[in-house]
Amino acid sequence: MTTAQEPLDPALRVEALASLLAERGLIDEGTVSKFIATYEQSVGPMNGAKVVAKAWTDPEYRERLLADGTAAIGELGFKGPQGEHIVVLENTPQVHHVVVCTLCSCYPWPVLGLPPSWYKDPAYRSRVVREPRQVLREFGLELGESVEILVHDSSSEVRYLVLPERPAGTGGLTEEELAGLVTRDAMVGVAVVSAP
Amino acid sequence: MDGIHDVGGMQGFGRVQPLTADPPFQHRWEGKAFAIGALAARIAGTNLPAFRHAIERVPPPEYLRGYWNRWTMGAQLMMEDSGIITDEQVRARAARLSGQDVAEPPDPEPHKPQMEITGPGNLRELDTAPAFAVGDRVRAAADVHPTGHTRLPRYVRGRTGTVAAMQPAAVFPDSAASFDGENPQHCYTVEFDSAELWGPDAEPFRLTIDLYEPYLEPAR
Repeated sequence: MTTAQEPLDPALRVEALASLLAERGLIDEGTVSKFIATYEQSVGPMNGAKVVAKAWTDPEYRERLLADGTAAIGELGFKGPQGEHIVVLENTPQVHHVVVCTLCSCYPWPVLGLPPSWYKDPAYRSRVVREPRQVLREFGLELGESVEILVHDSSSEVRYLVLPERPAGTGGLTEEELAGLVTRDAMVGVAVVSAP
Repeated sequence: MDGIHDVGGMQGFGRVQPLTADPPFQHRWEGKAFAIGALAARIAGTNLPAFRHAIERVPPPEYLRGYWNRWTMGAQLMMEDSGIITDEQVRARAARLSGQDVAEPPDPEPHKPQMEITGPGNLRELDTAPAFAVGDRVRAAADVHPTGHTRLPRYVRGRTGTVAAMQPAAVFPDSAASFDGENPQHCYTVEFDSAELWGPDAEPFRLTIDLYEPYLEPAR
Protein backbone atom coordinates (compact mmCIF):
# COMPACT_ATOMS: atom_id res chain seq x y z
CA MET A 1 0.00 0.00 0.00
CA THR A 2 3.07 2.21 -0.23
CA THR A 3 2.70 3.14 -3.88
CA ALA A 4 -0.30 4.29 -5.84
CA GLN A 5 -1.69 1.26 -7.59
CA GLU A 6 -4.88 0.12 -9.19
CA PRO A 7 -7.41 -0.41 -6.43
CA LEU A 8 -8.13 -4.07 -5.69
CA ASP A 9 -11.67 -5.31 -5.70
CA PRO A 10 -12.55 -5.55 -1.98
CA ALA A 11 -13.95 -9.08 -2.26
CA LEU A 12 -10.83 -10.23 -4.07
CA ARG A 13 -8.58 -8.64 -1.45
CA VAL A 14 -10.45 -10.51 1.26
CA GLU A 15 -10.06 -13.80 -0.61
CA ALA A 16 -6.35 -13.16 -1.13
CA LEU A 17 -5.78 -12.25 2.52
CA ALA A 18 -7.85 -15.18 3.75
CA SER A 19 -5.93 -17.65 1.62
CA LEU A 20 -2.53 -16.25 2.66
CA LEU A 21 -3.42 -16.30 6.34
CA ALA A 22 -5.03 -19.74 6.20
CA GLU A 23 -1.96 -21.19 4.51
CA ARG A 24 0.11 -20.16 7.51
CA GLY A 25 -2.41 -21.39 10.02
CA LEU A 26 -3.26 -17.86 11.20
CA ILE A 27 -6.97 -18.22 10.44
CA ASP A 28 -9.11 -21.20 9.61
CA GLU A 29 -12.45 -21.72 7.97
CA GLY A 30 -14.06 -22.95 11.17
CA THR A 31 -13.19 -19.81 13.13
CA VAL A 32 -14.32 -17.57 10.30
CA SER A 33 -17.64 -19.40 10.06
CA LYS A 34 -18.12 -19.13 13.81
CA PHE A 35 -17.60 -15.35 13.74
CA ILE A 36 -20.10 -15.02 10.92
CA ALA A 37 -22.69 -17.29 12.53
CA THR A 38 -22.42 -15.48 15.87
CA TYR A 39 -23.33 -12.12 14.41
CA GLU A 40 -25.82 -13.49 11.90
CA GLN A 41 -27.72 -15.59 14.41
CA SER A 42 -27.01 -15.04 18.12
CA VAL A 43 -25.97 -11.43 18.61
CA GLY A 44 -28.21 -8.74 17.19
CA PRO A 45 -30.93 -6.20 17.97
CA MET A 46 -33.25 -8.96 19.22
CA ASN A 47 -31.07 -8.94 22.34
CA GLY A 48 -31.51 -5.22 22.91
CA ALA A 49 -35.24 -5.57 22.23
CA LYS A 50 -35.49 -8.03 25.14
CA VAL A 51 -33.72 -5.55 27.40
CA VAL A 52 -36.11 -2.77 26.38
CA ALA A 53 -39.24 -4.91 26.77
CA LYS A 54 -38.13 -6.01 30.22
CA ALA A 55 -37.47 -2.41 31.25
CA TRP A 56 -40.97 -1.48 30.04
CA THR A 57 -42.65 -4.20 32.08
CA ASP A 58 -40.46 -4.45 35.18
CA PRO A 59 -39.93 -1.09 36.96
CA GLU A 60 -37.20 -2.47 39.20
CA TYR A 61 -35.30 -3.80 36.21
CA ARG A 62 -35.67 -0.41 34.52
CA GLU A 63 -34.10 1.26 37.55
CA ARG A 64 -31.20 -1.17 37.59
CA LEU A 65 -30.75 -0.74 33.84
CA LEU A 66 -30.52 3.05 34.08
CA ALA A 67 -28.22 2.87 37.13
CA ASP A 68 -25.81 0.25 35.73
CA GLY A 69 -26.56 -0.73 32.15
CA THR A 70 -23.74 -3.25 31.85
CA ALA A 71 -24.85 -5.23 34.89
CA ALA A 72 -28.57 -5.18 34.08
CA ILE A 73 -27.92 -6.20 30.48
CA GLY A 74 -25.61 -8.92 31.79
CA GLU A 75 -28.49 -10.28 33.87
CA LEU A 76 -30.10 -11.34 30.59
CA GLY A 77 -26.86 -12.99 29.50
CA PHE A 78 -25.78 -10.33 27.02
CA LYS A 79 -22.07 -9.55 27.29
CA GLY A 80 -18.99 -9.73 25.13
CA PRO A 81 -16.87 -7.58 22.84
CA GLN A 82 -17.84 -3.91 22.60
CA GLY A 83 -20.03 -4.22 25.68
CA GLU A 84 -17.56 -3.62 28.47
CA HIS A 85 -19.40 -0.57 29.76
CA ILE A 86 -22.88 0.14 28.46
CA VAL A 87 -24.81 3.25 29.45
CA VAL A 88 -28.56 3.26 28.84
CA LEU A 89 -30.23 6.53 27.84
CA GLU A 90 -33.94 6.83 28.48
CA ASN A 91 -36.03 8.75 25.98
CA THR A 92 -38.88 10.75 27.49
CA PRO A 93 -41.53 13.12 26.11
CA GLN A 94 -39.04 15.93 26.86
CA VAL A 95 -35.66 14.51 25.79
CA HIS A 96 -34.71 12.42 22.77
CA HIS A 97 -31.31 10.70 22.74
CA VAL A 98 -29.50 9.73 19.56
CA VAL A 99 -26.17 7.89 19.34
CA VAL A 100 -23.28 8.13 16.87
CA CYS A 101 -19.57 7.40 16.61
CA THR A 102 -18.03 10.14 14.49
CA LEU A 103 -14.49 8.70 14.50
CA CYS A 104 -15.31 5.14 13.49
CA SER A 105 -18.43 3.06 14.13
CA CYS A 106 -18.42 2.15 17.84
CA TYR A 107 -21.65 0.37 18.67
CA PRO A 108 -22.92 -1.82 21.56
CA TRP A 109 -22.45 -5.21 19.91
CA PRO A 110 -23.86 -7.46 22.69
CA VAL A 111 -27.27 -5.77 22.51
CA LEU A 112 -27.45 -4.55 18.90
CA GLY A 113 -25.04 -6.75 16.95
CA LEU A 114 -22.98 -5.19 14.20
CA PRO A 115 -23.96 -1.70 13.02
CA PRO A 116 -26.08 -1.18 9.90
CA SER A 117 -24.77 0.58 6.80
CA TRP A 118 -26.32 3.96 7.51
CA TYR A 119 -24.64 4.10 10.95
CA LYS A 120 -21.18 3.53 9.45
CA ASP A 121 -21.71 5.95 6.58
CA PRO A 122 -19.93 9.33 6.68
CA ALA A 123 -23.20 11.16 5.93
CA TYR A 124 -24.73 10.07 9.25
CA ARG A 125 -21.51 10.40 11.24
CA SER A 126 -20.73 13.89 9.95
CA ARG A 127 -24.20 15.37 10.11
CA VAL A 128 -25.93 14.05 13.23
CA VAL A 129 -23.52 15.99 15.48
CA ARG A 130 -24.25 19.19 13.58
CA GLU A 131 -27.89 19.08 12.48
CA PRO A 132 -29.55 16.19 14.32
CA ARG A 133 -33.11 17.41 13.89
CA GLN A 134 -32.65 17.62 10.14
CA VAL A 135 -31.03 14.17 10.05
CA LEU A 136 -33.86 12.63 12.06
CA ARG A 137 -36.34 14.29 9.71
CA GLU A 138 -34.58 12.69 6.74
CA PHE A 139 -34.94 9.34 8.47
CA GLY A 140 -38.66 10.05 8.81
CA LEU A 141 -38.71 11.06 12.45
CA GLU A 142 -40.31 14.46 13.04
CA LEU A 143 -39.85 15.49 16.68
CA GLY A 144 -41.93 18.22 18.27
CA GLU A 145 -40.16 21.54 18.69
CA SER A 146 -40.43 21.20 22.47
CA VAL A 147 -38.50 17.91 22.46
CA GLU A 148 -34.87 18.50 23.31
CA ILE A 149 -32.30 16.50 21.35
CA LEU A 150 -29.24 15.07 23.07
CA VAL A 151 -26.60 13.59 20.75
CA HIS A 152 -24.01 11.15 22.13
CA ASP A 153 -20.71 10.69 20.32
CA SER A 154 -19.25 7.30 21.36
CA SER A 155 -15.60 8.28 21.41
CA SER A 156 -14.31 6.12 24.29
CA GLU A 157 -14.93 2.56 25.46
CA VAL A 158 -18.41 3.55 26.70
CA ARG A 159 -21.22 2.20 24.54
CA TYR A 160 -24.74 3.63 24.48
CA LEU A 161 -28.15 2.01 24.19
CA VAL A 162 -31.30 4.12 23.88
CA LEU A 163 -34.30 3.00 25.89
CA PRO A 164 -37.16 4.17 23.67
CA GLU A 165 -40.52 5.30 25.00
CA ARG A 166 -43.12 2.57 25.27
CA PRO A 167 -45.85 3.33 22.73
CA ALA A 168 -49.33 4.11 24.01
CA GLY A 169 -51.94 1.43 23.65
CA THR A 170 -49.62 -1.49 24.37
CA GLY A 171 -50.80 -2.15 27.92
CA GLY A 172 -52.21 -5.55 27.04
CA LEU A 173 -49.08 -6.90 25.34
CA THR A 174 -46.76 -9.44 26.90
CA GLU A 175 -43.05 -8.78 27.34
CA GLU A 176 -42.34 -11.00 24.35
CA GLU A 177 -44.88 -9.20 22.18
CA LEU A 178 -43.41 -5.86 23.23
CA ALA A 179 -39.90 -7.05 22.31
CA GLY A 180 -41.23 -7.77 18.84
CA LEU A 181 -42.09 -4.07 18.41
CA VAL A 182 -38.66 -2.72 19.34
CA THR A 183 -36.41 -1.90 16.39
CA ARG A 184 -32.68 -1.45 16.10
CA ASP A 185 -33.24 2.09 14.81
CA ALA A 186 -35.22 3.03 17.93
CA MET A 187 -32.42 1.73 20.16
CA VAL A 188 -29.93 4.01 18.38
CA GLY A 189 -32.39 6.89 18.63
CA VAL A 190 -33.16 7.55 14.97
CA ALA A 191 -36.70 6.20 15.23
CA VAL A 192 -39.43 5.70 17.82
CA VAL A 193 -41.34 2.51 18.59
CA SER A 194 -44.87 2.35 17.21
CA ALA A 195 -47.82 0.38 18.53
CA PRO A 196 -48.84 -2.55 16.28
CA MET B 1 -4.21 12.20 13.09
CA ASP B 2 -6.31 14.70 11.18
CA GLY B 3 -7.57 12.05 8.78
CA ILE B 4 -10.57 11.25 6.65
CA HIS B 5 -12.09 9.25 9.50
CA ASP B 6 -12.66 12.36 11.63
CA VAL B 7 -15.87 13.36 9.87
CA GLY B 8 -17.84 15.00 12.71
CA GLY B 9 -19.33 18.22 11.32
CA MET B 10 -17.89 17.83 7.82
CA GLN B 11 -20.18 18.87 5.02
CA GLY B 12 -20.82 17.47 1.59
CA PHE B 13 -21.59 13.81 2.23
CA GLY B 14 -25.19 14.24 1.16
CA ARG B 15 -28.31 12.62 2.49
CA VAL B 16 -28.20 9.89 5.09
CA GLN B 17 -28.78 6.37 3.82
CA PRO B 18 -32.29 5.01 4.32
CA LEU B 19 -33.00 2.94 7.42
CA THR B 20 -33.01 -0.56 6.08
CA ALA B 21 -33.11 -3.85 7.92
CA ASP B 22 -30.01 -5.10 6.13
CA PRO B 23 -28.29 -8.17 7.61
CA PRO B 24 -24.81 -7.78 9.15
CA PHE B 25 -23.20 -9.16 5.99
CA GLN B 26 -24.72 -8.65 2.55
CA HIS B 27 -22.18 -10.98 0.95
CA ARG B 28 -20.14 -13.88 2.21
CA TRP B 29 -16.88 -11.95 1.66
CA GLU B 30 -18.05 -9.25 4.09
CA GLY B 31 -18.40 -11.84 6.84
CA LYS B 32 -14.95 -13.14 6.02
CA ALA B 33 -13.61 -9.58 6.11
CA PHE B 34 -15.17 -9.12 9.55
CA ALA B 35 -13.48 -12.26 10.86
CA ILE B 36 -10.09 -11.26 9.45
CA GLY B 37 -10.33 -7.81 11.05
CA ALA B 38 -11.53 -9.25 14.35
CA LEU B 39 -8.51 -11.59 14.44
CA ALA B 40 -5.97 -9.19 12.92
CA ALA B 41 -4.84 -7.52 16.16
CA ARG B 42 -4.04 -10.89 17.72
CA ILE B 43 -2.25 -12.07 14.56
CA ALA B 44 -0.25 -8.83 14.37
CA GLY B 45 0.54 -8.67 18.10
CA THR B 46 -1.24 -5.32 18.42
CA ASN B 47 -4.52 -4.07 19.92
CA LEU B 48 -7.88 -2.52 19.12
CA PRO B 49 -6.75 1.13 19.17
CA ALA B 50 -3.96 0.15 16.77
CA PHE B 51 -6.57 -1.42 14.49
CA ARG B 52 -8.68 1.75 14.61
CA HIS B 53 -5.58 3.77 13.79
CA ALA B 54 -4.74 1.46 10.88
CA ILE B 55 -8.24 2.06 9.46
CA GLU B 56 -7.65 5.80 9.84
CA ARG B 57 -4.49 5.47 7.75
CA VAL B 58 -6.27 3.85 4.83
CA PRO B 59 -5.96 6.40 1.98
CA PRO B 60 -9.11 8.57 1.77
CA PRO B 61 -10.37 7.28 -1.61
CA GLU B 62 -10.17 3.71 -0.31
CA TYR B 63 -11.58 4.72 3.10
CA LEU B 64 -14.65 6.12 1.37
CA ARG B 65 -15.07 3.01 -0.75
CA GLY B 66 -17.16 1.32 1.88
CA TYR B 67 -16.94 0.03 5.40
CA TRP B 68 -15.75 -3.53 4.78
CA ASN B 69 -13.14 -2.24 2.34
CA ARG B 70 -11.59 0.12 4.88
CA TRP B 71 -11.92 -2.51 7.59
CA THR B 72 -10.05 -5.07 5.47
CA MET B 73 -7.41 -2.59 4.32
CA GLY B 74 -6.86 -1.47 7.92
CA ALA B 75 -6.39 -5.09 8.98
CA GLN B 76 -3.94 -5.62 6.13
CA LEU B 77 -2.01 -2.45 6.95
CA MET B 78 -1.66 -3.52 10.58
CA MET B 79 -0.39 -6.94 9.53
CA GLU B 80 2.01 -5.30 7.07
CA ASP B 81 3.37 -3.15 9.90
CA SER B 82 4.02 -6.27 11.98
CA GLY B 83 5.78 -8.07 9.17
CA ILE B 84 3.09 -10.71 8.83
CA ILE B 85 2.25 -9.99 5.23
CA THR B 86 3.17 -7.61 2.39
CA ASP B 87 0.96 -5.73 -0.04
CA GLU B 88 2.92 -7.38 -2.86
CA GLN B 89 1.91 -10.78 -1.52
CA VAL B 90 -1.73 -9.80 -1.36
CA ARG B 91 -1.66 -8.43 -4.90
CA ALA B 92 0.15 -11.48 -6.22
CA ARG B 93 -2.31 -13.82 -4.52
CA ALA B 94 -5.23 -11.77 -5.84
CA ALA B 95 -3.77 -12.04 -9.35
CA ARG B 96 -3.35 -15.80 -9.01
CA LEU B 97 -6.90 -16.17 -7.71
CA SER B 98 -7.95 -14.29 -10.85
CA GLY B 99 -6.18 -16.84 -13.01
CA GLN B 100 -2.92 -15.00 -13.71
CA ASP B 101 0.34 -16.83 -13.44
CA VAL B 102 2.47 -14.49 -11.32
CA ALA B 103 5.26 -15.27 -8.90
CA GLU B 104 4.51 -15.11 -5.17
CA PRO B 105 6.84 -12.78 -3.23
CA PRO B 106 8.58 -14.18 -0.12
CA ASP B 107 7.22 -13.84 3.42
CA PRO B 108 8.42 -10.75 5.31
CA GLU B 109 10.32 -10.92 8.59
CA PRO B 110 7.84 -10.65 11.48
CA HIS B 111 8.45 -7.83 13.95
CA LYS B 112 5.33 -7.78 16.05
CA PRO B 113 5.14 -4.97 18.62
CA GLN B 114 3.62 -7.41 21.16
CA MET B 115 1.42 -4.73 22.64
CA GLU B 116 -1.71 -6.79 22.92
CA ILE B 117 -4.25 -5.62 25.46
CA THR B 118 -4.91 -8.97 27.02
CA GLY B 119 -6.16 -7.85 30.42
CA PRO B 120 -9.83 -7.90 31.31
CA GLY B 121 -10.91 -5.55 28.54
CA ASN B 122 -9.88 -1.92 28.39
CA LEU B 123 -11.19 -0.59 31.72
CA ARG B 124 -8.69 0.02 34.52
CA GLU B 125 -8.68 1.09 38.16
CA LEU B 126 -6.59 4.21 38.77
CA ASP B 127 -4.95 5.22 42.05
CA THR B 128 -4.73 8.87 41.08
CA ALA B 129 -7.70 11.13 41.74
CA PRO B 130 -9.54 12.49 38.71
CA ALA B 131 -8.69 16.10 37.89
CA PHE B 132 -12.30 17.05 37.20
CA ALA B 133 -15.69 16.44 38.76
CA VAL B 134 -19.26 16.49 37.47
CA GLY B 135 -20.30 20.09 36.87
CA ASP B 136 -16.78 21.36 36.14
CA ARG B 137 -16.31 23.54 33.11
CA VAL B 138 -13.63 22.10 30.85
CA ARG B 139 -12.07 23.01 27.54
CA ALA B 140 -10.93 20.44 25.02
CA ALA B 141 -7.34 20.95 23.91
CA ALA B 142 -7.25 23.49 21.10
CA ASP B 143 -3.98 23.39 19.24
CA VAL B 144 -3.36 19.69 19.06
CA HIS B 145 -2.79 17.89 15.81
CA PRO B 146 -1.27 14.57 16.79
CA THR B 147 0.10 12.54 13.93
CA GLY B 148 -0.82 9.33 15.72
CA HIS B 149 -4.11 8.02 17.04
CA THR B 150 -6.42 10.20 19.11
CA ARG B 151 -10.03 10.03 20.22
CA LEU B 152 -10.28 13.82 20.37
CA PRO B 153 -12.11 14.78 17.19
CA ARG B 154 -11.47 18.10 15.51
CA TYR B 155 -14.97 19.45 16.01
CA VAL B 156 -14.64 19.69 19.82
CA ARG B 157 -11.05 20.94 19.99
CA GLY B 158 -10.87 24.31 21.72
CA ARG B 159 -14.55 24.14 22.72
CA THR B 160 -15.79 24.56 26.28
CA GLY B 161 -18.27 22.22 27.89
CA THR B 162 -19.35 20.79 31.22
CA VAL B 163 -18.48 17.45 32.77
CA ALA B 164 -21.80 15.59 32.78
CA ALA B 165 -20.65 12.20 34.09
CA MET B 166 -17.58 10.26 35.12
CA GLN B 167 -16.83 7.12 33.15
CA PRO B 168 -14.53 4.28 34.16
CA ALA B 169 -10.83 4.91 33.61
CA ALA B 170 -9.50 3.07 30.59
CA VAL B 171 -6.43 2.24 28.56
CA PHE B 172 -5.41 5.45 26.76
CA PRO B 173 -5.98 4.69 23.07
CA ASP B 174 -3.40 7.27 21.96
CA SER B 175 -0.67 5.38 23.85
CA ALA B 176 -1.84 1.86 23.09
CA ALA B 177 -2.11 2.51 19.36
CA SER B 178 1.53 3.57 19.21
CA PHE B 179 2.61 0.66 21.46
CA ASP B 180 3.70 3.02 24.25
CA GLY B 181 1.94 1.05 26.98
CA GLU B 182 -1.55 1.18 28.44
CA ASN B 183 -1.12 4.54 30.20
CA PRO B 184 -4.69 4.37 31.63
CA GLN B 185 -6.57 7.66 32.04
CA HIS B 186 -9.70 8.99 33.65
CA CYS B 187 -12.55 9.50 31.22
CA TYR B 188 -15.36 12.05 31.32
CA THR B 189 -18.63 12.54 29.52
CA VAL B 190 -18.48 16.20 28.52
CA GLU B 191 -21.56 18.04 27.39
CA PHE B 192 -21.46 20.83 24.83
CA ASP B 193 -24.10 23.24 23.68
CA SER B 194 -24.61 23.20 19.92
CA ALA B 195 -23.94 26.95 19.69
CA GLU B 196 -20.52 26.43 21.28
CA LEU B 197 -19.70 23.87 18.60
CA TRP B 198 -21.36 25.38 15.53
CA GLY B 199 -22.10 29.02 16.26
CA PRO B 200 -25.23 30.96 17.16
CA ASP B 201 -27.20 29.85 14.11
CA ALA B 202 -26.86 26.16 14.92
CA GLU B 203 -29.87 23.96 15.55
CA PRO B 204 -30.47 24.06 19.31
CA PHE B 205 -29.37 20.77 20.90
CA ARG B 206 -26.88 19.35 23.37
CA LEU B 207 -24.10 16.92 22.60
CA THR B 208 -22.05 14.67 24.84
CA ILE B 209 -18.73 13.08 24.02
CA ASP B 210 -16.45 10.93 26.17
CA LEU B 211 -13.01 12.50 26.56
CA TYR B 212 -9.88 11.25 28.30
CA GLU B 213 -8.29 13.49 30.90
CA PRO B 214 -5.20 14.46 28.85
CA TYR B 215 -7.54 16.06 26.29
CA LEU B 216 -9.01 18.45 28.85
CA GLU B 217 -8.03 21.61 30.66
CA PRO B 218 -9.97 23.64 33.25
CA ALA B 219 -12.21 26.41 31.92
CA ARG B 220 -14.47 29.01 33.43
